[in-house]
Amino acid sequence: MIARILLFSALFAAVLVGCAIAPSDERISADASAMIKNSFKARGQAGLDRLDQDDTQRLCSQAAGKTPPRDVAERIEKQNLATIKYPADGKLLGDWKNGEKIAQDGRGKQYSDDPKGPVGGNCYACHQLAPQELAYGTIGPSLYRFGKLRGYTVETQRYAYGKIFNSEAFAACSTMPRFGHNGILSEQQIKDVTALLMDPASPVNQ
Amino acid sequence: MRLACFAAAACAAFAFAASAQNSTTEGIAKYREALQEGNPAELWEARGEGLWKAPRGPNKVSLERCDLGLGAGVVKGAYAQLPKYFADADRVMDLETRLVWCMVKLQGISEADAKKNPFGNGNDKKSDIEALVAYVTSESRGVKMNVSVAHPKEMQMYRVGEKIFYFRGGPHDFGCVTCHGADNQRIRLQDLPNLTKIEGTQKAYTTWPAYRVSQGELRTFQWRLNDCFRQQRFPELEFGSDASIALTMFLAKNANGAAFDGPAIKR
Repeated sequence: MIARILLFSALFAAVLVGCAIAPSDERISADASAMIKNSFKARGQAGLDRLDQDDTQRLCSQAAGKTPPRDVAERIEKQNLATIKYPADGKLLGDWKNGEKIAQDGRGKQYSDDPKGPVGGNCYACHQLAPQELAYGTIGPSLYRFGKLRGYTVETQRYAYGKIFNSEAFAACSTMPRFGHNGILSEQQIKDVTALLMDPASPVNQ
Repeated sequence: MRLACFAAAACAAFAFAASAQNSTTEGIAKYREALQEGNPAELWEARGEGLWKAPRGPNKVSLERCDLGLGAGVVKGAYAQLPKYFADADRVMDLETRLVWCMVKLQGISEADAKKNPFGNGNDKKSDIEALVAYVTSESRGVKMNVSVAHPKEMQMYRVGEKIFYFRGGPHDFGCVTCHGADNQRIRLQDLPNLTKIEGTQKAYTTWPAYRVSQGELRTFQWRLNDCFRQQRFPELEFGSDASIALTMFLAKNANGAAFDGPAIKR
């Protein structure tokens, strides 16, 4: 009798262990968010609010480095397209020389950076631009001869300005930061970088 | 030593400007090869061995009874199977958090004191943790990575670590995957390992810790993660935090099967 009770107990325990199946993917995602909240401390200009994801960040994290499903991608692009603010004066091109400086400058927004600035775009970290700069990264496509290849039209100017302002409007879960939408670069800075890409006199277009 | 390295780096930089892209990559490869001949990490390894064996803390005992997962005092091969679940702490721990645990439990040092100086400054401020990590990891050189996820808490950390790898946030929308999600990418001229693939993870993970020539300092994996998040524009990753251990678990387990090859030397 005792042996049978023991046997049943053992079986019951085995079933319990068997029931402790792997947590769901949603559960693990929730655990990850909670763990992130407990693992960082505010430092310098980088507060803990930076760990709060917006809709785009959350959906793109779920996509795990891949292109999200078509309906999700369309939702992300639509939401982000609505955020783009074009300059009130209608002028999209600034000074390409300033644009080149902004493209070279990787400072800004890190807790080790001066919160008063300056803040750069760090374009060369990921893109080829002017051919004189050999130390360019390859995470993004080459932008050499951007304007020359596409034509110096107002439509292309608007595309370039919009892409820099909010890249997610044109390619959901792009790796490129949303420089205007997230307040990394000012309107004037985006005009200057647009000029670097679109001014026929810019070294990018030689 | 450091001046010579910087001079070499400066010469290499001028050479880059004068040559085409392909020879730039070759130049970097040659520079790295030259660095392999003498690795200052040995200085950290020697200091770490001294610290491991010296009676320290209020209890005036050494770390030689510290259990790194293979039994009390076993250092050989221990790093190649970390992180792992430790029943005494009821927690998954990486090497750094386990060292802190041993300093507290064996030597009687307060946790705050044990954790207060995890990273040196490449100059007068040296970190005991970095030296101890250099010593312990050097005792796994050539040992195949063999990290277990058999315990439910190990599996949990691995799966959460994977989610954190893909977590995008901050003003730049960056996550680990932004830079480490594809083959043959670089930032400026720095090659980036693809950590979504086994081969890329094996090559990267087995070469940390490393002596960083540009910093004159031996850097641990905790430091590597800390500085990646700084560049991601996140707040500061806390030393020994659960997220840091989860990410380490994700990467270390994916490196299984590759021979550990650290401490290495890097730019």
